Amino acid sequence: MASLDQIFVTLKAWVLGLLPETVQPFAGVMISISAIMAVFPGIFALTTVVERKLLGRFQNRPGPNRVGIPLTKIRLAGFGQFIADGIKSLTKEDVVPRNADKVVHFIAPFVLVVPSFLALSVLPVGRNMAALNFTETGLLFFFAIGAATEISVFMAGWSSRNKYSLLGAMRGIAQMLSYEIPLILSSLTVVMMVGSLSLVTIVEKQTAVQWGVFHNWHVFTPWGFAGFLLFLTAACAEANRTPFDLPEAESELIAGYFTEYSGFKFALFFLGEYLGMFAISGVAITLFLGGWSAPFTFLDWVPSWLWFFGKLVGFILFFIWLRGTLPRLKVDQLMNLAWKFMLPMCLINLVVAGVWHYTADWNDLIRWPLGAALLALPYWIFSRRFESRFQTRTYRYAS
Amino acid sequence: MNPLHGYLLVSALLFAVGLAGALVRRNAILVLVGVELMLNAANLNFLAFWRYGPNPEALTGVMFVIFAIGVAAAEAAVGLALVIAIYRHYRSSNVEDVATMKG
Amino acid sequence: MTLAFAILAGLTVGAAIAAMTLRNLVHCSLCATVSLVGLALLYLNLGAEFAAFVQILVYVGAVAILIVFAVLLTRSGEAPAGRVSYGLWTGLGVALAVFGTLAWAIGGSSALKALPKDSAVPALPVKDVGDKLVGDFVLPLQVIALLLTAAMLGAIVIAMREAKGNPQPATRNPQ
Repeated sequence: MASLDQIFVTLKAWVLGLLPETVQPFAGVMISISAIMAVFPGIFALTTVVERKLLGRFQNRPGPNRVGIPLTKIRLAGFGQFIADGIKSLTKEDVVPRNADKVVHFIAPFVLVVPSFLALSVLPVGRNMAALNFTETGLLFFFAIGAATEISVFMAGWSSRNKYSLLGAMRGIAQMLSYEIPLILSSLTVVMMVGSLSLVTIVEKQTAVQWGVFHNWHVFTPWGFAGFLLFLTAACAEANRTPFDLPEAESELIAGYFTEYSGFKFALFFLGEYLGMFAISGVAITLFLGGWSAPFTFLDWVPSWLWFFGKLVGFILFFIWLRGTLPRLKVDQLMNLAWKFMLPMCLINLVVAGVWHYTADWNDLIRWPLGAALLALPYWIFSRRFESRFQTRTYRYAS
Repeated sequence: MNPLHGYLLVSALLFAVGLAGALVRRNAILVLVGVELMLNAANLNFLAFWRYGPNPEALTGVMFVIFAIGVAAAEAAVGLALVIAIYRHYRSSNVEDVATMKG
Repeated sequence: MTLAFAILAGLTVGAAIAAMTLRNLVHCSLCATVSLVGLALLYLNLGAEFAAFVQILVYVGAVAILIVFAVLLTRSGEAPAGRVSYGLWTGLGVALAVFGTLAWAIGGSSALKALPKDSAVPALPVKDVGDKLVGDFVLPLQVIALLLTAAMLGAIVIAMREAKGNPQPATRNPQ
C-alpha cells in the first residue's frame, strides 16, 4: 500500500507539475502552508467539541449535545458545536479596555499564533512529509519557536492593564521558562542517541526492526521511557494544561492573561494554545513514539500519516483525560517539581542513556533492568526519601 | 560593493545606534538594552566574516558567536539584577540619581 | 544587495532605533525583541542556521523576558519621565563619529576589496560545532560554564531581598 502512504506527496508533485517552472518553488510552499492551515485548525475544531463532551462525561453530565448541523434539527450528538462556537467568536463584539495599550493588545494574539503554526511545520507527519526539513537544526528550530511564544503571554497580560492579567502572565512566563529546561534536556537524550537534530532522521532511526517484529521506538528503552514521561510532563506544563494551568486558572484568575480579550482575538488565543499543544505532542511522538512508524512490522501496511495522526489523537485524548482527573498544582509545587525533581531526573537520564549506549553488546535482558534500576533509585530518592521534609498534614475538625 | 560590505555597514550602524542609546538614555535598563545591541552588532560582524572570509571550515566565527551569546546573556542577567537592587535602594532607576558613593 | 537582505536590515536597524527612542519602556523592550529577531533572520541569511536558532532561543526566549521583567519590577513602565539626559547632542555626536569611522574603514579597506565577491555558502554541521566545542574550544567551554554558574548565583544573591533583621535604607536622593 505504498501508493496510499505517499498519496499526498504524489498529489503535490502532480499539482506542481501543472505549473510553470518559475512559479514552482513558491507554489510548493503555498501548498504545504495551506495543507497545514487546513488540517491542524480542523483538528483543533474537533478537539474543542471532543474535550467538552469528554469533560462532561468525566463529570457525569452529557456535555454539548444539541448542535449538529446548524439551522436544521439534525443533532449529530452535538458534534457540530464547533460551527456554533466559530460563528459566535467571529460575531462577538471586540471589547478593548479604555486604558489598554492598543497596539500591543492587538498584536499579542498574532505573536502567539504565528510561532505555533511555524512549529507545526517541522513535524514529519508521514514518510517524506515534513513541510520544513532542516537537516542540521530541526529540533533546535522547534524549541526556539516555542521560546518565542512566551513574549506573547507577556504582551497579552501587560497590555490589558489589569492586575489579574498581569499576575497570570507573570505566573505563565515563570512556568513556561522553568519547564523549558526539563523539556529540552529530556529531548537531548534522544539527540545524543540518534546523533542528529533533524526530526526526519530521528524518525527514520526509529524504524529499525528489532527482534523481527518490533520497530525500535525510543520509548521501549529505559532512558526513552523515562525521557518520554519527563517530556510529557514538561509538555503539559508548557501548553498550560491542567494540572499545570495556573496561569489560566478559571477559578482564580478568571482567564489569566487573556481575560480582557473577547471575540476573534480570544478565539486566536485559544487556537494558538491548542496548536501549541498539538505541536508539542507531535514532537513527543517524533522523538519517543516513532513518529509515523508502526509499532509492529505486520502493521506496516497502514499509511504513515494515519499512524501519526492516530498517535496525535491519542495524545489529545490523554491530555483531556488528565484535565478531567487531576487537581491543579499550586505555584510553589509547580516550581519545586520543575527545578528540584525534573531537572535532576533529566540529568540522570542523560547518564543512563550513555550507559545504554556503551553496553550495546550486552544481553537486552540485563540492560533493561540495569537501566531501569539506575533510574528508579534516584526517582525514589527525590520523590519519597525527601518526604520527611515535607509537612505532614494535620486536620483540625470542629468539635 | 560586496555583500560583506553590506553586512559590515549594517553591523556598524547597529553598533552606533546601541552606543547612542547607551550614552543618551536615562533609564538604566535602556542602557543595558543598548549594550546588548552593541554585542549583537559584533556578533553579526563575526558571522559576516565567517561567511565571506577565507577558511570558513574552521568555524571560528560561529564558535565566537556562540560564546558571545552566552556571555552576553550572563551579563544581562547580572546587570538587570543590579538594576533591580539599585531600584530597591534608591527608588529610582535613573542613572543620574545614582550619583553618590554613600550607601 | 538582495531584496531579502535589504528588508531584514531595514527591519533590524529600524527596530533598534525605535528601541532607543520610544518613551514607553515596555514598547522599547518589545522593539528591542523585534530587532533581535531581525538579527536572527540576518544570521539565517548568512547561512548560519545554528547561530540563528540559538539567538532566538537565548535572546528572545530569555534575555528579552529578563529585560521585560526588570522593567516591570522597577515600575519603569508606569511613569515615563524625561527620556534623555543632558548629554543628548554629545552622545549622538559620539555615536555618529564612531559610525563614520567604521564606515570609512570598511569602505577604504583594501583587504576587504581583495576578498572574492561570491563564495558558496559554507556548511555548518552541528556535529562539527560539537567537535570543536570539546576539542579546540574546550577551555572556553569550561570557563563559560563557570561564568554562567557565577552569574546565576550572583544575580540571585544581588536581587534577593535582604534578611528580615536589617531594614533597607530606602533613602531618596536629596538632589
